[in-house]
Formats: sequence, structure tokens, C-alpha cells
Amino acid sequence: MATTAAPRRLGRLERPALTGVLVREVVNFSSYWRSSTFSSTVEPTIYLLAFGFGFGSLVSRVGGFRYVEFVGTGTVATAVLFSSAFPAMFGTFVKYQFQRTYDAILAAPVDTEELVSAEALWIATRAGVYGCVPMLVAMAFGLDPSWGMFAVPLVAWIAGFGWACFGITIAGFASSFENFNYVVSAVLTPLFLVAGTFFPISTLPRWAQILAEVNPLHHCVELVRHAVFGFHGWTDLARVGALLAFGLIMWRIAIYAMERKLID
Amino acid sequence: MSGPLALRMRGVVKRYGKITAVAGLDLDVREGTCVGLLGPNGAGKSTTMRLLTAQSIADEGELEVLGFRLPAESKAARAQCGVVPQLDNLDVTLTVEQNLLVFTHLYRIGRAERTDAIERALKMANLVERRATRVDKLSGGMRRRLLIARALVHRPRLVLLDEPTVGLDPQVRQELWALIDALRSEGTTILMSTHYIEEAQRLADTVLIMSHGSAVAVGPPAELVLEHAGREVIEVYGPPTRLAEVESEAGAAGLRTRRTGTSISILGVDGTGYRAEGERRPANLEDVFVLLTGEEIA
Repeated sequence: MATTAAPRRLGRLERPALTGVLVREVVNFSSYWRSSTFSSTVEPTIYLLAFGFGFGSLVSRVGGFRYVEFVGTGTVATAVLFSSAFPAMFGTFVKYQFQRTYDAILAAPVDTEELVSAEALWIATRAGVYGCVPMLVAMAFGLDPSWGMFAVPLVAWIAGFGWACFGITIAGFASSFENFNYVVSAVLTPLFLVAGTFFPISTLPRWAQILAEVNPLHHCVELVRHAVFGFHGWTDLARVGALLAFGLIMWRIAIYAMERKLID
Repeated sequence: MSGPLALRMRGVVKRYGKITAVAGLDLDVREGTCVGLLGPNGAGKSTTMRLLTAQSIADEGELEVLGFRLPAESKAARAQCGVVPQLDNLDVTLTVEQNLLVFTHLYRIGRAERTDAIERALKMANLVERRATRVDKLSGGMRRRLLIARALVHRPRLVLLDEPTVGLDPQVRQELWALIDALRSEGTTILMSTHYIEEAQRLADTVLIMSHGSAVAVGPPAELVLEHAGREVIEVYGPPTRLAEVESEAGAAGLRTRRTGTSISILGVDGTGYRAEGERRPANLEDVFVLLTGEEIA
């Protein structure tokens, strides 16, 4: 009777399972894309305008760039963070705690690894698109176009995947929405401020500079800036490696956290 | 009853810390039959359902669903099962049709078959007219029907219904019973948990009464009634002192009794010549349930 001819044991990370979860996200997105797009793009753009033109009137050049160019490229990472870590934290928590969406999905031939991977892929894709908005706004205010800009969606996607998995992990360990306050205040805000978005890391004390090197957001900022103004060879490859490592580690931790939450 | 097993559980134990939710449960469900898990809240029915989809992992025992061993082969088993959860987990901002579309993908129905699968599910659940309605605009009964349609969109061999009519008004419950009955008539294997006696008695070929995580009786409803409560019961109403006297007298005569709020029922009085001032009525599954579990149910 079943239309599916199932073998004894289905594999891991199967395309039909990933597609099924992604289709659910895409169909759902059609009902909330306006609000999601608004919040994910307007907020970083406000940062860009406020810092770029507010501070920009006081500080003309930073690190060899016009300040609006410096902030315009830096806020790409902010947009990536806002459109990946935050929706992943809140969205995941709502889906398992209140909507019980994941119970429905896991009753189908989908396992937690596939569920988490597909959710992260979807959020990363959105972050890859939304992340480019501040750069486009900065172009409207004088940022010169360059071929390297075509690499920015990819950088934003890789960083977005890691941050999505980070958000899913936090949701997986959280017992209430209130738990997110600790993460936002103690983890995300400091990382956001020492990423090199609004001022160069070189102005910070030496220890903070060293810490910034383990901040994935900083690597995202630097990669975007270099994509726009010129790549730095091996240094940038190392930064890509760091972002990939961050994504890979967070992906496995996110799967562990959600398995712990969803399977008892 | 013969035929291949769709589901087999042997000595299944599931613990949550110090609480044992399922305590050595044995269960067989033969293909093409409807089995009802009957028990009060906390009996372990929902945990049993979660074990069957590997959303809970058993601490001990063996589980097989459609010939697949759980949890290792659970994903392959789930591809051929449909699950109707106790709590609504539909996507409320999507339409009826979009909800079904998502699950045609999750259940890996081929592109060419998706439209037909959705149409069939809509018809079966009588939701054709509501296909474009958002779920948050549907009534509770329609949402339940959609949950069933969603579980059937891929024509599963086994359907797990966890309290399918809980919280619904009697009219809607009747509609859902008709839907489940139609499914059973088509030969789909059904495992249904419920705490409604009437639901189990009407729909299930076999009833397994659960209490504190284990099976206390299993069999066709009529046989269970006959075995444990006989054909007739005398129900005696009166003040507590009178009821205590009746209970004592019946006990002395070797008859079993069960207490309800304001009365006492003397079971298996048929053919015994036992007489008591009260109302004679046919024994039912509720008598059996209360007798075996010591608990009143809805």
C-alpha cells in the first residue's frame, strides 16, 4: 500500500529528507517573508546609516578606508548574525516547545541530523542573501563596486551556517526563552562589538586582538572587507578555514543538542 | 487471530529517572487489525506511541514495526507509518493543502503522484472545500481531520493514533470514528491509544488495557468483558454505609465488585442466583477497566 519502497535501513543525510524539511521552510517562508526580510535587513542598515554617517561625520578615514566603506562592509557580518543566530535560537525553540513541529517531522522518515542540517542550510541561505543588503546600501552611498563582491554571499552563507548551528545549539540547551538573555548579553554582544565592524581590531589591547582571532564574526568582517577591497591570499584562506571549522563544529554540537532535546 | 505481525513489542521498558513509564510491555498487532491501547492518563500510552516512532528509545526490550527493528531501522519503518499525534502540530499559517504538500515531500512521494495523494487525502478527510483555508481558520474538528489526512497522505501500512478524539465534542468525535472505521475497513493496520471506553469498544478489534506502564489485560472487547465482568452486573445505589454492606455481602458470595462515585457494581452475577436490590445491566468494558486498574476513566 505504501508508495515508498523502503530498504532495511535508510541512510544518513539523505537528500529526500533534507529536501522535505527545506520544502517546509520555503512554503512557510511564503507566509512570513515580509516581516523576516524587514527585520533582517532594516536593522543592520540602520546601524550602517547611524555609524556610517553619524561617526562618519567625525571620523573621515579608518584603516585606510572611508568610514562609510569600512562600516558598510563590516555590517554585512552584523546582518549575517542577525539573520542567522537569532532566528535559529528563537525559531528552533518555538518549533519544538510550542508548535511541536519537530515532533511532526520526526514522525516521518527524517532523523534529527537531517532536521538540524536542513534547518541550518535554510537559515544560512537566507543569511547569504540578507547579509548582502548593507553592502548594497553602502553602494548607494558611494561604495565602489568590485568583482570580489560576488564572493560576499558565499562568505555570508558559510558564516550564516555556523551561526545558525550556534543558535540551534543554544535553543537545544535552553529550557526557556529567558535563557537566551544570557547568551545575547554575554556572548553575542561582546563578539559583535569586537568583530572589527565599527572600529579596527588593531585599536584594542593586545589580549583583545588575540581573542578577536577566535571570533568567527571577525573573520566574516575581514573576509567581506577583503572581498570588496582586495583579497589577502593565504590569510583569507585561513579565515575561510576558520569559518568552515566553526560551522562544522557547531553543526555537530547542534545535532547533539537537538537529539538530546527531541529524543528521550 | 492469525496473520503477520505489523507490530511486536517484547518486554519493553522505558524509564524517566525514577519513573518507569513503560514497564515490560508485550504487544502484538496483526496486519489489518485495529488495536486499542486503553488506559488512564499516565498509564504509558503516549510513551508507547513515542517508542514506536523512535522519538523515545526503550531502555530494555525488543520492538519491531512492519518487520523493522527499532530504533536501528526506525527511519525505514516510519516511511510506512502514519502518525496522528495527541497534540496538534500543524503549520497554522499554511493552508490545508500546503500542510499536505509539505508531508508529501517528507514522506518522499514522487512528483508525479503528489497531486493525486493530496486530492485523495483531502477527499478522505472531507476537506476538499477547505483546501485553501489557513489552518488557524479551521475548527478543532477540521484540524483533527487534517491531522489524520496528513498521516495518510502516503498510504501508510500502519497508522498510530494517539488519543485521536481527545477534547472534541461528541458530534465531531462521531465523525472521526467514521473516518477511522473507514480506514480499518480498507485493511489499514491501526494502533490507537485512548482513554475513552466507547472509542475502544467501537473501533478496536483487540483492546490492551494499560495501567502503570504495563498490560493488565488484552483481548477482543467482548471477550474481556465476558472473562472479567461476566454478562450481567447489578448496580446498587445508596449511602456509603449501605454500599459497604453490599460490597461485603458480594465478597462473601465470591463475587467481584467495583466502586463508582455513588454506587457499587457487582460483577458476574449472571447464572449465580445472587440477588441484590439494584439495577441489572449488561457488563461493559468500563467494568473491566475499573476492576483491573482500580481507576475511573472518562
